[in-house]
Order: sequence, then C-alpha cells, then structure tokens
Amino acid sequence: MNIHIKQGYVVDPANDITSVTDVFIADGHIASIDSLPDDFRADKTIDATNKIVCPGFIDVNTSLREPGLEHKATIASESKAAVSAGFTTLCCSPNTIPVLDSTAVAQLIIDKAANANFAKILPLGALTVGLKGEALSEMYALKGTGCIAVSQAPSTNISPRTLRLAMQYASSFDLLVILKPEDAGIKGDGLVHEGVMSSRLGLTGIPVSAETVAIAQAIALAEETECRVHLTGISTSKGVAMLARAQYEGVLISADTYAYQLQLTALDVGTFDANYHVSPPLRTAESRDALRAGVASGVLQVSSGHNPHDLDSKLAPFTSTESGVSSLETTLSSMINLVKSELLDWHQMVVALAAGPAKTLGLEEGHLSVGAVADVTIFDPDATWIVNNEQWHSSGLNTPFWGETMTGQVTHTFVNGRLVFER
Amino acid sequence: MSSSQHVASTPFKAPDSSRLQLNEQGKLRHFLTTESLSKEILTEIMDVAESFSSVGDQAVKKVPVLRGKTIVNLFFENSTRTRTTFELAAKRLSADVLNINVATSAASKGESVLDTIRNLEAMQVDMFVVRHGDSGASHFIAQHVAPHISVINAGDGRHAHPTQAMLDMFTIRRVKKEFDGLKVAIVGDILNSRVARSQIHALNTLGVEEVRVIAPKTLLPLDTNTLGVHVYDNLLEGITDVDVVIMLRLQKERMSGALLPSEHEYFECFGLTQKKLKQAKPDVMVMHPGPINRGVEMDADVADGTHSVILQQVTNGIAVRMAVMTMAMNHQVSDQP
Repeated sequence: MNIHIKQGYVVDPANDITSVTDVFIADGHIASIDSLPDDFRADKTIDATNKIVCPGFIDVNTSLREPGLEHKATIASESKAAVSAGFTTLCCSPNTIPVLDSTAVAQLIIDKAANANFAKILPLGALTVGLKGEALSEMYALKGTGCIAVSQAPSTNISPRTLRLAMQYASSFDLLVILKPEDAGIKGDGLVHEGVMSSRLGLTGIPVSAETVAIAQAIALAEETECRVHLTGISTSKGVAMLARAQYEGVLISADTYAYQLQLTALDVGTFDANYHVSPPLRTAESRDALRAGVASGVLQVSSGHNPHDLDSKLAPFTSTESGVSSLETTLSSMINLVKSELLDWHQMVVALAAGPAKTLGLEEGHLSVGAVADVTIFDPDATWIVNNEQWHSSGLNTPFWGETMTGQVTHTFVNGRLVFER
Repeated sequence: MSSSQHVASTPFKAPDSSRLQLNEQGKLRHFLTTESLSKEILTEIMDVAESFSSVGDQAVKKVPVLRGKTIVNLFFENSTRTRTTFELAAKRLSADVLNINVATSAASKGESVLDTIRNLEAMQVDMFVVRHGDSGASHFIAQHVAPHISVINAGDGRHAHPTQAMLDMFTIRRVKKEFDGLKVAIVGDILNSRVARSQIHALNTLGVEEVRVIAPKTLLPLDTNTLGVHVYDNLLEGITDVDVVIMLRLQKERMSGALLPSEHEYFECFGLTQKKLKQAKPDVMVMHPGPINRGVEMDADVADGTHSVILQQVTNGIAVRMAVMTMAMNHQVSDQP
C-alpha cells in the first residue's frame, strides 16, 4: 500500500529535518521525503497540513500486565492504547506473572502481540530469576527468543555483588541492562518524596538518596563491567546532574524519566490522592525543572512509565494502594505542554520519544530515512481533548489527568507502513 | 478492537480535604484533621466540650442528645484508651454504640476497607469513629461514605489524631485561659506521632506565640519548619521559658529500627525530670497523651507532680469527644446529591 502524507511539518532528528514537506510510504518503508518517487501512485493520501509527522514513539518501559494480571490490562488493550498515542514500539517490562524470565513467557508475549497486531512489542527479559535478585536468568536464551534487553525494573531488590555479576554476564552477549535506580534499603516502606508532603501527611518519605545512591552504584558498575546500562524513571535533580557528568565522561549509560514526572510535583498528592501514588515518587518543583532541562539537553529520554491498574487497586487508603499511572495516552500531551512553554522544541521532543530510545535499544526504527521501516506518527499539536471514557483506550483508568483537557492528539499511526490507528 | 471492554466507570478523584470536613454551611460534618479548620471551629469544639464537662459529675451521667443514633467504633488498629473514651462519650450522649475490632475480624479475612464500610452502612449506622494504621485512612472513608454518615478520625497512621489534640487544647485552655502568648514545647518522636501533627496545627490556628519541637534528627520529619514550628535538638534549650511541655510516647520499636540507641540514652537526652523542668516557666503544665513509659519519657516525680495534668487530659477527652460527635451529627447532609 502506497501512502502519501502531504504537507506535514516533518520532524526527523536523525536526518535533521524540521520543515513542511511530503512523506511517501511504499511497501512498508519510507520511499521518499519531499520528492515524488518514480512510478508512485498513492492508494491513500493524508493531508497533514498543520500537523506534525515524525518517527513513531518508542517506549522503553511499559507494563502490559499480561500474562497474569489480565484484570488490569492485556497486551491487546495496551498495544491499541499505545498506537492511539503515537507509540509504535513498546518494551514490555518483565513484571508479569509468571515473571518474564523464561523463553516460554517471552514467546507467549510475542505471539499475543502478533495477534493483537498494533504496536511492535519487544519483551524485556528479567535480569534475575523471578526478579528476585538472586540467580541469573538465561539471558542468552532470552535474547535468542527476541528479548531486546534484560531488566531488573521495577524490582530493585538486588545486592551490589549480584548486580555486578549480572551486568558482567549480560555484557558478554552485548545485552543492554535496564535498571530502575532505587536503593531498596534506603527506600524502605517509603511512599512519597521525603519533604513537606511526607511531613504533613505522615506518610513515610523516600529520600533523594534512594535514587542517587543507586545511580552512583549503576555508574560505577557500568564503568567497571563495560555493560551498556539504561536507567528508567529518573526523578531527582541530583540524579540528572550525576548522569550528565557520567555521560560526559563517556560511561555507556542512558536514562529516561516518565513523562508525567515532567508535569507533576509532590504537592499534587494533595490529601492522599492515590492517583498520585507513583514510583519513583513525584518530587519537588526544582527536580521537575531539572528533569525538563535534562530532556532538553539530551541527558534524559522520556518513557511513559505506563502502569495500568484496575480501579480497586487505587480504591483504598493511600498506603494500601498500588503505585503507578496509566500514562501511554497522556505522554504526548505532557511533552507538547513543554514545547508550548518553549522548554523544548519539536526536534528535542522527537529525540526524547523516538530517536533516543531507538539508539539505546539498538533498533533500526526511530527515523524517517529513505528505506527505513515506515513507523510514522502524525499528530495535531493544537487539538484539545478531554481525558474520558470516549477518548481512552487503555484498560487502566488510573490517571491523575482524568477529566482534564489535554492539548495535542495523534491522528494517524503507521507500523511497518500499515495504518494501525486513525482518528 | 473496540473499547467495549470498558466498564462505564471513572477513576476516583479525591476532593479537597478542607471542604471534606465541612458541610455547605461551613459547619463540621467529619472530623479528620485539625489542619485547615478555622479558629472559630476549634473554639466551638472547646466551648461545646465545656458545656458537656459537667455531665460526668452528675449522678445520672447521660444527656439525650444523640438518642436513637448508632455510632460504630471501627478500630482497624488495637486501642483501649481511645476506644473506651469514645464509647463512654457516645453512651453519655445516649447513642447506641457498636465496637468493631476489624484488626481481628474482616481485614484479616481479606475484606477491603471499602467493603467493610459498605456492609456497615447497609446496617443504617450514623457515625463511624475510625482508627486505622494507614495515614489517610479516615480521609478515604469520609470520601466514600454515604452523605448522611459522619466520620471521626480516632487516629490514622502517623497523620492525625484530632480529638486527642483538641482534648489537649481544651486542657490547656482550662488552665491557661488564653492561647495568646503561650510557648509550647512538644518533645519526642515527632516523626511517627499523629498526635504531634494534630497538636501543631491546632496550636498555630489558636494563636500561640511559639510551638517548639524537641527531638533527635532521626525522630524529626524533614522540613519541619514548614509546619510552623521551631526545631530544637537540646531539651534544656527547648523547654526554656515555655508554658506547656507536651511529652510524646516513645514506641519500643524505635530502638530496634535503629532510630535510637537505647531508652537509657533517650532518657538522658530527652527525658523530663524535675530538675530539667526548672528551665520552664514556674507555672508550666506537663502533658502526655498516654500511656506513659516512666523513666523513659519522664520521671515518676514529674508524671505525678504538681505540674502534671495527665489525668485531667483523660477526663477532658470524654467531653471533647462528646462535643465533636454532637457537632458532626448535627451537621450531616441529606442523602440528596
């Protein structure tokens, strides 16, 4: 199928394009940018005037809940939600039941994703068996089945020695290791950022050092083992500074923050609002500003940190609720907010959501070069929409933005040149 | 493919807490925290408590204020003293009282808080007095109960214990008459104390001159100054010239949790003795929410001494709880949305 996307504002950091032009897709690949290819007859023409055309977004950290937690969400429901929000590739977090530590679970996820046939789903194998932080998983076999990386996130319960060995082993097979930087000992039973709100509400605080100690450890081990490391869910200004320095010094370490962290702060927890119970916790305005600057400078990429839950998981006293936000569908709007506030430009936004993660994961996606697979997202940066049942696709309704008006909405999503979503 | 799998429901959005406690006329309908309540409401609680304080001295210790009402003492966490005074308060108001110790019943069978509440609601009760180990549990219940039911927080996690704070305010007012110009020191485990948080808000709202907190850093929450207090880590300095000293209970778990080395060292540094008390004003009041660990928080001399008002606090607790129950019950809203 040949597609002609006319007169969109094309943003493709890899080829340094930010201009109004045409994109031609043929046989699942980018056939041409700007000039009409020879013998091209469009089966479908999309008028993208006043819209942005960019590589499909790539999410390094999505919890899909299947297998094991289908009452919260399924691969079908969440991959549909993903393409409705411009994501064409999702890395599926290993926190399934059973844990994604075996080729059988990896294959099940790959098969379910193929059946759903929306976004591409890349399983992340568990770094350790059962994510328990004790025995190493069969990383070579997991890689063979299609795991793009191995991850200990969201569990952080692993001794420094085991982590060091796991990283050494992973690096033998050139596997990327994804970690959530959170020192389990310092975090303890903490729930919210240690500061004004933890003091007021009497909720156990999570100090900044829970993150910085883990980042320092990851940097030291990455340097020593020469293992490629990606840290997901940075939340503190000190963490951004540490990563900027490590990257400057040439350590093979990349990192992301969750899009909602760029918008919210600890004060939003208000009076025990469980929709703001997230991990890592929402922190200060100063940290939020540092995260925004970190995205602009390229130190941080942006992932959704998508954690869909059933309603009951949030219907309890704050302490007894589960952490997480169903965030795939609000990620683009969170980013557009920053562009509209002139804290980011479109180029930086697409680096954070597509080009950056593609590079970290070593994917061939993430750009619109001629000949590349046509994973393309088109969005209207000015469209407004209300977060409600009519617009929402994820099975997880746990979002602090429910009922709010958002700016920016995806109109078309292509995966391998196939139109998988249109609104 | 379609979104038909969606149930027609929406996530719960928590309302603003200052609104949650008041009805449309600005009157107290739930009592969850002293934070954000006005000086007028706190004063009204003490005034109403004053009017009830003689009931306990009568031969027939009952007034027919809440006759026909059903009050449920819903305790998710064990307590003897608080539950007893709430029960006495309800009975003196002629209400029917049901004591439910959830700690040993439904919760251990896996029933959720919300299901427990729904079941009791179905039995047409009028008020829940809730104690729960989770900070924010009373807020959660107040947000979800039917509009004609009131919720009184009898202690939620480390967050708030507003009736304890108000009985302390009532006790201070009875002795000192005014709050203006008072210096009050709160000593001990501020970090884990729901009582301290509620006292700090109430004291500041009632207009004392200064609230001080005195504790080692492991027992102090971060950014304590944002709560409107002055922080001291030295007891003698902290109690110098104060009018009221409030000692907090020290839980044994603090030692095993590496927050403190030993009871002995704690008493050396932060325990109150007659000698140390000389630093305070000559007419200083010594308070404690109980139960006391003698020789840990304070000497027996201080606990039983002339400055101590600890037993008055217990007596006053009944009148204050009668006041809060009556006010909340009078300001319930109808079931119509």
